[in-house]
Amino acid sequence: MSEERQLRIVLRNAGLIDPDSIDEYIAHDGYSALERVISEMSPDDVIEEIKKSELRGRGGAGFPTGKKWEFTAKADSDQKYIICNADEGEPGTFKDRGIMEGDPHSVLEGMMIAGYATGTNKGYIYIRGEYALSIKRLQKAIDDAREYGFLGEHILGSGFAFDVEIRRGAGSYICGEETALMESIEGKRGEPRKKPPYPPTCGLWGKPTVINNVETLANIAPIVINGADWFKGIGVEGSRGTKVFNLMGDINWKGVVEIPFGTPLSDIVMNMGKGIRGGRKLKAVVLGGVSGSLITSEELDTPVDFNSLARIEAGPGSGSIVVLDETRCIVDIARDIAYFFRHESCGKCTPCRVGTEEMYRIIDRISKGEGEERDINTLESLGKSMMLTSFCGLGQTAPNVILQSLRKFRDEWLTHIREKKCPVNV
Amino acid sequence: MKRSGFIEELHECQEKEEKNYLSKKNIMEAAQHHQVPPARAYGVATFYTMFSVQPRGKHIIRICRNLSCHLAGAEEIVKKLRETLGIDFGQTTEDGEFTLEESSCLGMCSLSPAMMIDDVPYGNLTPAKIPEILEQIRRRENRNE
Repeated sequence: MSEERQLRIVLRNAGLIDPDSIDEYIAHDGYSALERVISEMSPDDVIEEIKKSELRGRGGAGFPTGKKWEFTAKADSDQKYIICNADEGEPGTFKDRGIMEGDPHSVLEGMMIAGYATGTNKGYIYIRGEYALSIKRLQKAIDDAREYGFLGEHILGSGFAFDVEIRRGAGSYICGEETALMESIEGKRGEPRKKPPYPPTCGLWGKPTVINNVETLANIAPIVINGADWFKGIGVEGSRGTKVFNLMGDINWKGVVEIPFGTPLSDIVMNMGKGIRGGRKLKAVVLGGVSGSLITSEELDTPVDFNSLARIEAGPGSGSIVVLDETRCIVDIARDIAYFFRHESCGKCTPCRVGTEEMYRIIDRISKGEGEERDINTLESLGKSMMLTSFCGLGQTAPNVILQSLRKFRDEWLTHIREKKCPVNV
Repeated sequence: MKRSGFIEELHECQEKEEKNYLSKKNIMEAAQHHQVPPARAYGVATFYTMFSVQPRGKHIIRICRNLSCHLAGAEEIVKKLRETLGIDFGQTTEDGEFTLEESSCLGMCSLSPAMMIDDVPYGNLTPAKIPEILEQIRRRENRNE
């Protein structure tokens, strides 16, 4: 049942081909998109095609990919860079690992096409250091692609030159933030930079830089081969194509799904995830990672696309769906999330450094039955201040799920405070 | 001047050290090599969780406690690891074999609760599996010696 509702564009080859074999990738139309752009299209044509497809970034922010490329293409510079952001670290997310381990060449081909379109000859893949197998697979893919003449000078006999290097992360969630990632490639602490200037005009070593998520890049070759109109025919207004999601938590089937945008969240959880474990009732869904949003069972029929989710203050985020059943305690969930951000705040700005620490301290106290009613107000005003005044996306989004839980499950918070106990006994 | 790869060099230094850490000498040499001021080099070495400036065990155990692992009972696994190894986070067993560390999400959520020992992922953990896994590593090591 679940297979029919899925549509595999990004995961077209994952599980089907041997990821270590460039020949198998080529046998499945691999590198034919690169051949097409080099032999038949000008860089402007490629950018127009990607713009026309309305592809939006899959890392969370959803910025139009074609526009990003256009900024860098138009920037006048002796050196430009393409970066693949493979620093997947949002708790509950492993889609990029699945793509890199299952079909590493699809990511490389996307980078090469981005390089051709923007007049760039150097690419970096920044992968978190913990992803040992992804690093190994991508390194093999780079070596093979170089041997076959898809990387290096005079690619496919043309004047286009492009090469790719891997940079390993060393354990830091903040490095998923694009400017912190660039700092890290430059060999510094992963602390975010002030924006503007934005990376497309001033990125790595101050040069124009396109930075795209793994999943975004894996969409490029199919768009080139099948055309922008084909891609636009999938999904809904404002959200074209598919999205890869990771399903987990209290459901009967955990794993990876790729669905056309516009699929109701209930369909993903109840059909693809085969329902709630143990026949229990659904309590909530943490959507898009712990920096994402908290969806209640009443909101479960919301279609999964940028516009529909924005109406309930949510978004596809990192592509993580964590299902919570009725036995889960909302304060316990909030405490775990606050614990994470307290650890991962880089410390550069005060609202985030101090705010994440305070949030954890207050929630921990409430979870132990030592909370006071005014703590709720403190959490709310603290959270709002962090969202408004933090330097980067980490501090701005860290309070998301916690604040939504205070609004949507207020009674449960109050029970912890007033009766000094957890209604579900966690 | 070599413009990139400072973090890569720190990785390589640490991998070569039997005690899995960056000594003062390592950091200073890498700093000199990359023309990075010592203070900034130390700042980098202490920013990232995979680096340590204190000696560690031969094997690094990284256990995830984030949302999906938490839901799947990561606390039970943490308890069992502490008990079996007789150490807490950031500590090393007396025989110098294992260091216990917390890690942020390892991207193994469909196999939660999960941990990594060095480069090897372990998923679908139960407290009962912990002594077995640790014993296996110790045995493998004895065979190799």
